[in-house]
Amino acid sequence: MRSYAITIYAFLYAPICLIVLFAFNAGRHAADFTCCSSKWFDKAFSNPFMIEALTNSLIIAGTTAVLATVMGTMAALGLQQVKGALRVAFDALTYIAIIIPGIVIGIATLVALVTFFGFVNPLLDTVWPEWLGTAPRLNMGYASVIAAHTLFTMALVIVVVRTRLQGMDRSLIEASTDLYATPWRTFRQITLPQILPAVMSGFLLSFTFSFDDFIIAFFVAGANTTLPIYVFASIRRGVTPEINAIASVVLGISLVLIVAAQRLRRR
Amino acid sequence: MNRVGGNGAHRLTAMLLLPTTLWFLLLLVTPLIVVFVFSFGERGVAGGYTPAFTLAQYANLPARLKAFTNTLTLAPLGTLCCLLIAYPFAYFLAVKANSKIKPLLLTLVIIPFWTSFLIRTYAWIFILGGRGIPVLLGAAGIDDVRLINTPFAVLVGIVYGYLPLMIFPIYVSLEKLDKRLLEASSDLGANRLKTFLQVTLPLSMPGIVTGSLLVFILLMGEFLIPALLGGGKVFFVGNALVDLFLQSRNWPFGSAIAVTLVVIMLIAIAVYLSVFARDKSQRQVSMI
Repeated sequence: MRSYAITIYAFLYAPICLIVLFAFNAGRHAADFTCCSSKWFDKAFSNPFMIEALTNSLIIAGTTAVLATVMGTMAALGLQQVKGALRVAFDALTYIAIIIPGIVIGIATLVALVTFFGFVNPLLDTVWPEWLGTAPRLNMGYASVIAAHTLFTMALVIVVVRTRLQGMDRSLIEASTDLYATPWRTFRQITLPQILPAVMSGFLLSFTFSFDDFIIAFFVAGANTTLPIYVFASIRRGVTPEINAIASVVLGISLVLIVAAQRLRRR
Repeated sequence: MNRVGGNGAHRLTAMLLLPTTLWFLLLLVTPLIVVFVFSFGERGVAGGYTPAFTLAQYANLPARLKAFTNTLTLAPLGTLCCLLIAYPFAYFLAVKANSKIKPLLLTLVIIPFWTSFLIRTYAWIFILGGRGIPVLLGAAGIDDVRLINTPFAVLVGIVYGYLPLMIFPIYVSLEKLDKRLLEASSDLGANRLKTFLQVTLPLSMPGIVTGSLLVFILLMGEFLIPALLGGGKVFFVGNALVDLFLQSRNWPFGSAIAVTLVVIMLIAIAVYLSVFARDKSQRQVSMI
């Protein structure tokens, strides 16, 4: 039984380790492995396309995480007062947003936004005053990726924060209210400190999800490239040690975030 | 907040829920309705969509039959493989593992699930591809083995990608299991197999159902694993969707395929909820 468990752990981790190992390969191919060189990392970080993709990914993940955390926490707090049919509907939407495959979110967002833009852009052209120059055109880009990522991640934050709220001691909140604290003050001094670990872990999970997502961004990123899209396109052109170096960076970032999120959840 | 009184509290609750509700309506419900409407339309001259009401797109579904049959064989098969491999492992974690290092062991399962799916799948191109395992086999005298771009490679990718998602719910259900039941069963003379079949397995059913449906639903929409490890030979519905929406831009047909896919998934969820209703306490199972 124990050796079986060890085998599973080896199965889960060996491929990841292999990638990191070969990112340090000084040789040209996997077959001639010579330890150790950071040349593929240097090459990756002097590649302007990779830097641009990385920057885009960080901007998108950061904005998504902030939006999802604020909106998700607000909803989790609000839901405490909601019961009945409305609650059932809200819970159903939350679970659907979490469980629905990314490809469906990607397609639906693409189709809906393109239809919406197709309707709004001509309208903008007609109403835009001439002295302001050409009318701006709405298009796929940062905003569409962030909007789609926020859908899934805010649902995640709702679940994480709500679980924490359920385990919270209600008597403190009641005491605070009895002492005539305003709702905002009760929130800031009683509720927030207690749910903060869950809120922060929701933030980190949202960041990680958005940073790692390929399929949703693939549909709605328009002309922008995120890091996973760049890696996917590079893999299509052929496997190189440089991809291993980029992959190692991505793995490192996710690892730090997820371990931090886990620790916060345990508090 | 009860003191604030009826109207004020209601307004606060509404304000707290407003952004999320807007997001759900504008970016989940409306887009799904638009896709549904598109599936009855016709393709525009330059791609995209022309309004119409026709069932032609649905009648055309057999044109992508191979994608559906591939998905509907490999998704259940992959789910089953995940289940068979995950169960003994989850059992070990829940029942046998040292409780001091259990949190660490659990974290080690969760980490891979949250690290880039793309890169974890890419790792297998590296391992199964021309310079990986086939080279080792060649050195051992076994030549001309093709692993990458086969159903086998896709299956390996599936198990690798979704194993943690299967382990976790099963672990949760086994963890809750009252160990005294196992003792009672053996005291009453049941052997280990009988105890497993009559006590452990039925009690862990909610975890098995949750894990299997989560994995199955996500596999139905899978794109990356067949794209990277199936190399155009083993393709899923997800690959057909990417082709129809991003390359050939036949949106109505793509929408019809997407709607069909969602209907299959809804049926799966309906089954899930009907089995699930027996044990409400399992609802909080999550991978987070």
